[in-house]
Amino acid sequence: MADTKRTIRGKVAIAGIGETTYYKRGQAPDPEFKLVLEAVIRASEDAGIDPREIDGFASFSNDRNSPERIATALGIPEYRFSNMFWGGGGGGGSGAIANAVAAVAAGYSDVAVAYRGLAQGQFGRFGQGPRVNTVPGDGAFTVPYGVMSPAQTFAMRTRRFMHEHGARQEALRAISLASYRHAQFNPRAVMYGRELDAEAYDNSRWIVEPFHLFDCCMENDGAAALIVVSAERARDLKQKPAYVLAAAQGSAFRQGAAAHNAPDYATSNFKTLVPHLYDMAGVGPKDVDVLQSYENFTGGVLMSMVEHGFCAPDEVNEFFTLENFSAPDGKLPLNTSGGNLAECYMHGLELITEAVRQIRGTSTCQVPRVDISMVTSGPMVQPVSDLILANEPS
Amino acid sequence: MTSTSTERKYYLPEGLPAPAPHIDDLGKEFWDGTREHELRVQFCESCQEFQWGPEWICYRCHSFDTLTYRTVEPRGTIFSWERVWYPTHPALQMGVPYLVALVELPHAGNIRMVGNLLGDPEQEVVIGSAVDAVFEDHDDSDPQYTLVHWRTV
Repeated sequence: MADTKRTIRGKVAIAGIGETTYYKRGQAPDPEFKLVLEAVIRASEDAGIDPREIDGFASFSNDRNSPERIATALGIPEYRFSNMFWGGGGGGGSGAIANAVAAVAAGYSDVAVAYRGLAQGQFGRFGQGPRVNTVPGDGAFTVPYGVMSPAQTFAMRTRRFMHEHGARQEALRAISLASYRHAQFNPRAVMYGRELDAEAYDNSRWIVEPFHLFDCCMENDGAAALIVVSAERARDLKQKPAYVLAAAQGSAFRQGAAAHNAPDYATSNFKTLVPHLYDMAGVGPKDVDVLQSYENFTGGVLMSMVEHGFCAPDEVNEFFTLENFSAPDGKLPLNTSGGNLAECYMHGLELITEAVRQIRGTSTCQVPRVDISMVTSGPMVQPVSDLILANEPS
Repeated sequence: MTSTSTERKYYLPEGLPAPAPHIDDLGKEFWDGTREHELRVQFCESCQEFQWGPEWICYRCHSFDTLTYRTVEPRGTIFSWERVWYPTHPALQMGVPYLVALVELPHAGNIRMVGNLLGDPEQEVVIGSAVDAVFEDHDDSDPQYTLVHWRTV
């Protein structure tokens, strides 16, 4: 039958992953751009590709390290695709992969790299408000009232969801405990060797209710990169390919309305994207063997997992348990590297390298049989994005 | 112990950025209204519907010209809330904890506004509670401005 459906399904694969050492915020010994170069070179080596073959670049969240500078630094003879995913935060992690995938599928690039670098010591922090005398525009409706950080912005959505569905603090806690448990097996993790139990979570200070300290992502330094090539090319390279079944971005009706006026408020903003995602992938939530779900804050994971169909909104108190989320044999192993909470806040790109490792069978918290490995990126921002990887192209 | 809001001139300590319209003046009507202790929000005369935050066009009918401002009663109900404990700005160091309410205005198309919830910052907050607006004038600021806070009825 002729392929009449426009889709990237099975046409492209992630062939290489590269990461620097992950550091606490401000502690990287190297400048951000040097970290990015290191990650790109490691991803190329992992794939078995000369970095000079890279001819496509995709990043997100206003990454400061331009394709031109990378290409110049690496002596890349030509590049044919450069792309920045709109929006801040982690909404573009899977989206950057999606853009690289689209470029390869469409023939704009043969070897595309998706990357992200962060050195907050060099460039300042995310979790702090602006140091200015006046705040114009949308920020005027929140910043003078002390609503200026991501935690302060998203706690209110989470509170509303918890109110509407009777979700308890323990549901948020389970997400945090799972990340910390998994990080104890992962020597790359910044929180490796730093165990967290329920009591320590409960006793931790509030950042902004309903978020305790351990509901919030870390802030870190480092860089990560992934090499994206055609499925055919991937089969001839060093690693087992992680085939892309679906990669998509989206945002719902007026989610960007200022002063918290999104009509559907208690949402992570995945509702419109999800049907497209599963339709593209040809799989559903029951097929997913392991999930990396972006945790800017645990409340975002709570809503993301509901919106992706892993659990009904009124069943979260039963489903969100440490047991269910723990590798190797929980119902749905979650954030198996430790993720943004306990491995490294590489804006969620580290979640994608972990999803690839789960396909390869090389995670430090490996799930025994992984056919489908999924990533959700950037809850509660606009737009958000998703990625579904598989160990076979179809 | 930090000073409480009742000992301060304003609910939050001084030193936070002052609100301003967009650089293209979008939203100026709202901030001008607060100076006169009025809540002015966008209303499309053609659709007879409210729209908020401010934009140059009505998202329903795509008219630029029928989108006006209407003064609405300064009251609503608490739609969501948060209690902030970690200061994310130097001015807030002595100002935590503080309460933020997201207030829905049922008589204005269920548009919402963010403001501080006055009173004991450790009070129990109940979603659905009725609140009235409290206009907080910052007359000694340059530029002068007025914030819109909320108080349970």
